[in-house]
Amino acid sequence: MVTSIIRRLMQAMFVILAMTIIVFIGVSVIGNPVDILINPDANQAERARVIAHYGLDQPLWMQYLLFLKGLLQGDFGNSFVYGRPALGLILERLPATLELAVTALGIAIIFGLPLGLYAGLYPNRISSKLIMSGSILGFSLPTFWVGLMLIMVFSVELGWLPTNGRGPTAEVMGIQWSFLTGEGLRHLLLPAFNLALFKTSLIMRLTRAGIQEVLPQDYVKFARAKGLREQRVIAVHVLKNLMIPVVTIIGLEFGSLIAFSVVTESIFAWPGMGKLIIDSINLLDRPVIVAYLMMMVLLFVVLNFIIDVCYTILDPRVRLDAKA
Amino acid sequence: MTPLLQVSNLVTEFGGGKGRPGLKAVNDVSFSVERGRVLGLVGESGSGKSVTGFSIMRLLEHPGRIASGQVIFDGTDIARLSDEEMRRLRGKRIAMVFQDPMMTLNPVLTIATQMVEAVRAHDDVSKEVARQRSRDALGLVGIPSPEERLSAYPHQFSGGMRQRVAIAIALLHKPDLIIADEPTTALDVTIQSQIISEFQKLAEQSNTAVVWITHDLAVVSRLADDIAVMYAGRLVETGPVSKVLSTPRHPYTAGLIGSVPSQNRRGERLRQIGGMTPAINRLPEGCSFRTRCDLATDGCRAMPALLAEADRSFRCIHPVTREIA
Amino acid sequence: MADHNNPDTATLLPEPSRLAKGISDFFRSPAAAIGLIVLLIICCLALFAPWISPQNPYDLMQLDIMDGRLPPGSESMTGLVYQLGTDSQGRDILSGILYGLRTSLLVGVLSAFAAAIIGTTAGLFAAYMGRRTETVIMRLVDLQLSFPTILMALMMLAILGKGVTNVVIALIIAEWATYARTVRATALVEREKEYIEAARMMRLPGWRILFRHLLPNCLAPVIVIATMQVARAIGLEATLSFLGLGASVTEPSLGMLISTGYQYLLTGLYWISFFPGIALLVTIVAINLVGDRLRDVLNPRNAS
Repeated sequence: MVTSIIRRLMQAMFVILAMTIIVFIGVSVIGNPVDILINPDANQAERARVIAHYGLDQPLWMQYLLFLKGLLQGDFGNSFVYGRPALGLILERLPATLELAVTALGIAIIFGLPLGLYAGLYPNRISSKLIMSGSILGFSLPTFWVGLMLIMVFSVELGWLPTNGRGPTAEVMGIQWSFLTGEGLRHLLLPAFNLALFKTSLIMRLTRAGIQEVLPQDYVKFARAKGLREQRVIAVHVLKNLMIPVVTIIGLEFGSLIAFSVVTESIFAWPGMGKLIIDSINLLDRPVIVAYLMMMVLLFVVLNFIIDVCYTILDPRVRLDAKA
Repeated sequence: MTPLLQVSNLVTEFGGGKGRPGLKAVNDVSFSVERGRVLGLVGESGSGKSVTGFSIMRLLEHPGRIASGQVIFDGTDIARLSDEEMRRLRGKRIAMVFQDPMMTLNPVLTIATQMVEAVRAHDDVSKEVARQRSRDALGLVGIPSPEERLSAYPHQFSGGMRQRVAIAIALLHKPDLIIADEPTTALDVTIQSQIISEFQKLAEQSNTAVVWITHDLAVVSRLADDIAVMYAGRLVETGPVSKVLSTPRHPYTAGLIGSVPSQNRRGERLRQIGGMTPAINRLPEGCSFRTRCDLATDGCRAMPALLAEADRSFRCIHPVTREIA
Repeated sequence: MADHNNPDTATLLPEPSRLAKGISDFFRSPAAAIGLIVLLIICCLALFAPWISPQNPYDLMQLDIMDGRLPPGSESMTGLVYQLGTDSQGRDILSGILYGLRTSLLVGVLSAFAAAIIGTTAGLFAAYMGRRTETVIMRLVDLQLSFPTILMALMMLAILGKGVTNVVIALIIAEWATYARTVRATALVEREKEYIEAARMMRLPGWRILFRHLLPNCLAPVIVIATMQVARAIGLEATLSFLGLGASVTEPSLGMLISTGYQYLLTGLYWISFFPGIALLVTIVAINLVGDRLRDVLNPRNAS
């Protein structure tokens, strides 16, 4: 078990290292670093100072090492726009994004899992077919457009829910959270549903596909042949096998939710990382872009690691092999 | 004495319904098994023998269904039972062992979980009692250190051991009837032999009836009292094993016996039945076997009836008369 | 019934070719048939946009700012009827949609096609070469697939800068890995088959084995993925344009049109965002319906 964790940690380090190289090559070699790095308004002396500061007069490998050194110290440089450390800006906005993504994931699971189960267990019912058709729609609806339509219906026409921002927040452990105040919760509702729509369809389809893969298995038939009640066959024999792929997918999708929150945050003016990165790309605020990308890489690596561990706990075959 | 299991004119269809005919995977099949006897249900894959087994258990998967005929178990027609009544029969009075031991046990549940739930599905006992009974059942089928093995997962067992576990589960409630669907096909020959002995003991000692579904005539000749040969969904020959195997009447049975190596003299070419089993949706008119049969005549274009001859029967208008062994 | 079961007549009937069978299978799903018809109509609309649209929405000379933000059905000073209304620059929404569809389909097909070629080649190459080449390619694929498409696309746009061309490049880079993984998996199975062994023994050149023998067998999954990918790419292009990273304001794609309408949505001018969104939705749904059916038809597991 310990060796397999160490092996996974080393793989994770390898991924992070590989991504630093890709990001470095992308930003410093493909793009023109002088153009990107230096504020166009800067004068000649300022240019020279920045080039020296970032070591752009150094050979490439040296630049990469400097880049790595900065990473390790959490120093991505100051944002051109805000004039503050880029990492700080990102971290400041992380809670808002996390709050949105977690809520959306919760919504996707609450709706997707039971509907997918139903459609998988009774594939020939008309209601199941309707559910599956609905999921194609949920798959095809562009998230940003649905966001606009939600605003149009619930905010403009009905006037029920607010259109932008987080609303009033409450502080817990030094971090501001929207869901702790009633008004904040109202602000959270539309963006969370908007973000959840695609994932709900995805979880629904995966659950259904999983059920249909497990149901014809011999062990399900054998469980019935033992005279087990149908509820137990489904709840224990089918669901336990289904959980393995579903948990894996849900874990992976959480990362993707954070990435996709870029869109939802832009529409609902939700002050998270996603909104920041779009603004930064538009304004060519390189330090913030790099900080965001590296933050996401780290997040995904950590997430993958957690999924691996969960998988090991859920599947006895993997668990015991690792022990041996 | 009325037999424990009496299957009469069973027809199992896939698809169809609402007036349209489905594909008949089992067509007009009748046989019976008495307590303490072993019936060998023989046929190639696709002959409908497994579907017959699942029809008796009422475990057909959609769109399969029993279209007509009766399955009388101990005096009651199982087709008339409610789902709950049928559930109470399954595992309690009729148990089943499946073909592939690698697939029958749930990979993510311990053996204990899978056995205890089987006990408690029918008997209202505590988990401890259920566990005790599971341990005893494992011991009975010859699994060493059963207490330890209870908390193991299926993948920690070899194929033979898994099949023993499956048999132990089938024996938990001392069923009256066991349907064994090719339980030794996936196993090594030595283990096959051990498992067959277990079943022989079981039938003799606890007076259990066994329907042994297989394609292996050698197994049937060792184990079974009676034999029923299926071809393309229909019974083609039934009778006591000794008689049918020594003097087969149906050309298909004769062909099957001829293709078993031990039946051929050394150096002689192994005989084969020419052609392939026809697909169930493309059966020839009349006798299903006629396109592969050397003896076929124009008379075979009409479906022959099952002809009785003393304690046996066959479905052929020009039966084989030659002795084989 | 009896006739149907007679093998003598059954064998006389010619086996329909696989393609014909696939096509008739495809049309057995009414949803897929409708999807295909709608898709064909959309393609025609996009193709003939310059001839059928009431105005050229990219030609600023034709736009009249005085006609800005007119509701659907309004009439311009020159007698032109804006069936779906106008945007803030006085651009006819219907014309905008027709031209926008051109961009969407072009971006979708181009990126899916290019990604398919690159990914398939990489996957085949990995499967055929094995050893180190395979390890390197597949590591890269794993690395890339562990990040969502939109993140990869954002990363590429952060590096390359904004614009439709860069969106296409970003989509290709973000999507090739899916093909590579699938093709390699299929090719690995094929590689073990005897005919490849035979081809090797005949000393056929490597590229010939790759493209004449391995490739055709990997084509079915590639076609299915590519179809779905076109829909995804269209959605992503619209999303990125909406975020202001794709098409320019003067030559709006569907995403950009929706984006320009966003600010007027709150004041009740729904049509600028609504209609282009519907066009986008119908296009994506139609492609997905076709793709869904293609997957069912081409999947050998469902062949019966």
